[in-house]
Amino acid sequence: MTRLLDRTFWGLTLGLFALLLLNFLLEEWMRSIGLQSLSRGCVAIGLLVLWRTGLVSFGHALFFGFGAYTVAMLQIIGINDIILLLIGGMATAGGLALVLGFLLRQYRAIFFALLNMAFSMILYGVLAKVESLGSTDGIGISQVTFFGFTASSEAYRPTLFVFAAIFAYIAAVGSHWYLKSTLGLMTMAVRENEIRVEYLGYSAEKAIHIKYVLSGVLAGVGGVIMALTVGHVDPDSMVYWTVSGDFVFITILAGTGNVGATFIGALVYELLRTYAFEFAPEIWQLILGGALLLIIMFLPDGLWSLRSEWRSRRALAAARSGKTEKGEAGQ
Amino acid sequence: MKLRETKFTQCLVGAALGGVMALGGATAFAQTVKIGTPSFLTGAAAPAFGIPAKQGTELIVRGINNGELPAPYNTKGLAGRQIDLIVYDEAGGGTKQVTEFRNKAQKDNVDAIIGIISSGTCAALTKVAEELKVLTIQTVCGTPRVFEEINKDPKYVFRTINHATANNVSAARYLAAKMKDKVKGFAGINQNYAWGQDSWRDFQLAMATLIPAAKASKKPQFPKLFSGQYGTEISALSRSRENVVHSSFWGGDLEAFIGQASARGLFKRKSFVLTVGETVAYRLGKKFPQGILAGTRGPYGMYVVDDPTPLNQWFQKEFRKAYGSPPSQPAYQYAQGFLAAKYAYDKAAKDAGKFPSTEQVITALRGATFPTFVGDVKMGLSKGHQAMTDDRWGVTAWDEAKGEMVVKDVVVFPAECVNPPDGVGSIEWLKGGMKGAKC
Repeated sequence: MTRLLDRTFWGLTLGLFALLLLNFLLEEWMRSIGLQSLSRGCVAIGLLVLWRTGLVSFGHALFFGFGAYTVAMLQIIGINDIILLLIGGMATAGGLALVLGFLLRQYRAIFFALLNMAFSMILYGVLAKVESLGSTDGIGISQVTFFGFTASSEAYRPTLFVFAAIFAYIAAVGSHWYLKSTLGLMTMAVRENEIRVEYLGYSAEKAIHIKYVLSGVLAGVGGVIMALTVGHVDPDSMVYWTVSGDFVFITILAGTGNVGATFIGALVYELLRTYAFEFAPEIWQLILGGALLLIIMFLPDGLWSLRSEWRSRRALAAARSGKTEKGEAGQ
Repeated sequence: MKLRETKFTQCLVGAALGGVMALGGATAFAQTVKIGTPSFLTGAAAPAFGIPAKQGTELIVRGINNGELPAPYNTKGLAGRQIDLIVYDEAGGGTKQVTEFRNKAQKDNVDAIIGIISSGTCAALTKVAEELKVLTIQTVCGTPRVFEEINKDPKYVFRTINHATANNVSAARYLAAKMKDKVKGFAGINQNYAWGQDSWRDFQLAMATLIPAAKASKKPQFPKLFSGQYGTEISALSRSRENVVHSSFWGGDLEAFIGQASARGLFKRKSFVLTVGETVAYRLGKKFPQGILAGTRGPYGMYVVDDPTPLNQWFQKEFRKAYGSPPSQPAYQYAQGFLAAKYAYDKAAKDAGKFPSTEQVITALRGATFPTFVGDVKMGLSKGHQAMTDDRWGVTAWDEAKGEMVVKDVVVFPAECVNPPDGVGSIEWLKGGMKGAKC
């Protein structure tokens, strides 16, 4: 049990409480940015889970969009409680990942990345034609109830933020524990030497399949949070391949060292985009692209590597001054 | 001596800094009306739509702030206060736009949003505008769904341009008036998304009432949005029996289509109806096809170049002076949104006796009739939130003397002739044979 309650767990728990406290202080626009960061962070965890196996998906907007559109469809048939919508979004995205996984688990590298993208663009094409879901104009999402309770208009978004933070927390902690489990660690071995893993008696494809479903579910959670945050879903900003690109951007920005880092990455991305948009409305894409380039050149392991670098420097300094520091494994 | 010089320089710098700060302080504390304007600054919709829209906006804001406009808009500012304009990018889809709208409303505290080109953005921003209680004047987007489905009881959202149905109805009316016997059926090529699908449906329904003998093609073309290559579609259209082709193409797609279809002589063989063709007519110049129907969704751009009203002449002259090209429809349509704001703020201030609240401005604009560049805009539909203007159609021709594209044989259709009566949904009205139209 203690193995599960490690520093990352406590860090995430602390982060959750900090967010719940901050919720009282935040201005509304900051809360919006926070909600979107939580949403994109969830998807980025899904990508991180795959990344640990050496797989990159350029099509996770497929599950993200599936989660978001599930909210819209459930609302059409009258289901409007946040928990039911979340379960619905997770179930449909996870179910889709389960089905597609049978095919995709056989592919690696660029084939895996692009097949994902192909599937997401198929969904895009379908949604762009379905008039009852608003076609390319998209469809509005109404305000939801929380366990059957309706929040007043002032309390609505703070309450939504509390729920989103808790969902993201559960997603992060769950993923962290999964990655520390034998099954989770084994997938790193798959990245290093797949044949050897097979010889050890494990099925690499099965391990990847499980990962794929997990990452699909996480992207679905992100989609649900996003749909509720924005109050509108449309194919262009939910399923288009550039959206998948955003998630890959965040994962690179954050680095794959730690699940908590993805939320920091998502927040940095969100702030970067907001301010680039504000100060350079005609070249904001250029600024985002430039930032990505700088990250890849100077921080190839993402923002999280700043922390490990700082730690190793401190350890080095400590070693020089004669003290010893206990290294920590398992990050 | 040296020391004193240094001190003198320091004093000078200090004074200058102080002055700048005082100035900065003064502008920061001066009362302004902050307006956010979304427009496509990047992407495929920027050259033909977004950039002219931004230019028209900047020009009209300059005119309003300096009091340069002719009567009745010849006072400075909105109800005496200067406009503080923030133009931002409309690219990226509905979700991104909702986020930006929240940023503008809650972070930058804008007083109003004026603009919006894409129907998708309008659909996405309607709910959030009502939720955040921000006065929003939609200027270009066409989908009738904004007030007929999404927001049936609008308060904060207005649209100062005809919705798309009116444009397709007037196109059909023009065909019926000018070449009723010549139309032997009509084909269509529209982008495969909401705007293209709606446009084709509206045109088809209007034609069914007005020229029942002309049958719609059974195979309307719906190429992918932004596909840019129309070889197969052009072949299919060339072979089709129908002699009229309807298209709601716009932006880069329209320019690509015109280039490819001209090369194959399609415009000489078929009568084309390009519902927003005017947007690229000035950009393409002589390359724009002649002898086709090109629409502007109202009294804008090519259709009003020579109209003598002082406001229109001011806009034409100043726009050409500032940007070196004639103003096309998005420039007019965005500027018209600002005229609506100017009208409403000034009227509300007069009624209230002081600077008006947003609610007072809304009351002033709801159901109002205000003069625009040519003629009036009547906020006559959807409880006074949806505008009606006349609509115009004509045939394009190259004017050698002017060196620009012009329209001939223009017919002006009154607003009541091409719009459904208040309270009647567009599709319902079209399917019922357009009853109650006053032509």
